Amino acid sequence: MAAVRRRTGLLFWCALGWITLVLVLAIIAGVLPIPSPTDMDIFARRKGPSLAHLLGTDSLGRDVLARLIYGARISLSVGLLAPVIGLSIGGALGLLAGYFRGRFETFVTGGVDVVLAFPPLILAMAVTAYLGQSIVNLTLVLGFLGIPAFTRVARAATLTFSAREFVTAARALGAGHARIILKELLPNVALPLGAFFLLGVAVTIVVEGALSFLGLGVPPPAPSWGVMIGEGRESLEMAPALAFLPAVVMFLTVLSFNLVGDTLRALTDPRQGAL
Amino acid sequence: MTALLDIKDLVVEFPVGGRVVQAVTRVSLTVQRGETLGLVGESGCGKSTLGRAVLQLYQPKSGAVVFDGQDLTKLSPPLMRKMRQRLQMIFQDPIASLNPRRRVGDIVAEPLIIAGVTDADERLRRVRAVLTEVGLDPDITMARLPHEFSGGQCQRISIARALILEPELIVCDEPVSALDVSIRAQIVNLLEDMKDRYGLTLLFIAHDLAVVKAVSDRVAVMYLGRICEVAPTETLFRTPAHPYTRLLLDAIPMPDPDIRPVEGVAVGEPPSPIAPPSGCRFRTRCPRAAGRCAAEMPELVALPSGQMVACHFPLI
Repeated sequence: MAAVRRRTGLLFWCALGWITLVLVLAIIAGVLPIPSPTDMDIFARRKGPSLAHLLGTDSLGRDVLARLIYGARISLSVGLLAPVIGLSIGGALGLLAGYFRGRFETFVTGGVDVVLAFPPLILAMAVTAYLGQSIVNLTLVLGFLGIPAFTRVARAATLTFSAREFVTAARALGAGHARIILKELLPNVALPLGAFFLLGVAVTIVVEGALSFLGLGVPPPAPSWGVMIGEGRESLEMAPALAFLPAVVMFLTVLSFNLVGDTLRALTDPRQGAL
Repeated sequence: MTALLDIKDLVVEFPVGGRVVQAVTRVSLTVQRGETLGLVGESGCGKSTLGRAVLQLYQPKSGAVVFDGQDLTKLSPPLMRKMRQRLQMIFQDPIASLNPRRRVGDIVAEPLIIAGVTDADERLRRVRAVLTEVGLDPDITMARLPHEFSGGQCQRISIARALILEPELIVCDEPVSALDVSIRAQIVNLLEDMKDRYGLTLLFIAHDLAVVKAVSDRVAVMYLGRICEVAPTETLFRTPAHPYTRLLLDAIPMPDPDIRPVEGVAVGEPPSPIAPPSGCRFRTRCPRAAGRCAAEMPELVALPSGQMVACHFPLI
């Protein structure tokens, strides 16, 4: 543990602390002594911090702290679930493509290139237009868009490990394809995929924010950080904090996920090289 | 003695950028039950490919690999998987041949799981026994990952994995080449001990002639996908019949500064296996090459001395 701490540094633990704090607040939001995030108080609009509203109120008189915390719920659940879709589907495709090669690999890499070439904003607009605006649809779209990246990471790692002798050794022992993929390749490919997953979370939170800001993401009145920045934009001159606060929270969260992801990758990489 | 392994006219080809490279060209070899056959040759001559083709890790283009009366190239995949319990392999790179993310206990138990030993207690007992056998302490090693061990220890783990099913034939693919010289003798001795104990037959692939001389009963010399010479170890080292064998023996450095390097023997690099020379593959570097060598590929023939040689103009 001491060795790990020496190699990670204070910044890593700060980032981990921030992620934990946001996660815990989002989970226990329902039992926190904060006002409802959707209760409006038309007579107390854009108020500064007070005992009743610790971070003030927004342009409809809703409690900003409550909206930030409930917004964390939405931003984090979309930000975590969408990469899970990408990780499971993309990871599986990449593993199979890298292991079996041949026509299946050509098919997968071709499909990945097609998805990558498709403009993501158009896809998001098309889905919201046809299937309606909801958190589930948003998660599905973002998850789908994440598949190519995970496929590529998984395939590249699988190609490297498939060429190693321990895979040949498993074949020589008579192991079947399923056993080789699950027992020999997966534990090795899981590491780079895991590190990439955290970066995927960071990217997804930003994209969710951007889509919500454009009105393509989470439907109002549900708060997400992107929605809050979008709403705060309208009163930027009177109360800049309304856009600024969610932006800072999002910035810190994304930065933390990036830091943790990078550190974990750096921790696992050199040992891999030495093996 | 009966032949445990009989390789007949084996051909292994690989596609390389639209062309075909023949890594092994019509090779025939027999390995008697209980013997150690050394297989030597330069890097890239196809000796590792031959070893892996014996285990059906590469699909041969033609020819047969008869193991204990059964042609492995014709076995159905399920039957071949079953057969694999009797044939094992030890690899050159001891660290790369062990999964870096699995614990040593699991790695050594893997053959048992694949072979269908479902009793976890029995697996544990056998893993502990075989680890002790190869000179490792099961209590210390089982829960660790391969990178916590040195190359020599990793090779011991590899040997334990190969031994646990008590196979009949082990293909050793340069098992000591990647090890420190000081460790080599230990691993070679371990293999010899295990051979006696388990009644193993070894196909021992190496490019280090000293190691091959120490372990082999007979030696086969390979050059560019062809077998040049097969002979009992003593005979081969004393009176080589093939000019290439002679070249290999002369290339062994002598620890004596007064000995002049041998003159007049072949020099240079082996030709590319993509476009091998016509006739005898060795003729481009052979001091005895004549017109016939370019026209006609020599086949292995028995000499009165008991060695087999594929040369139109053998040295004896």
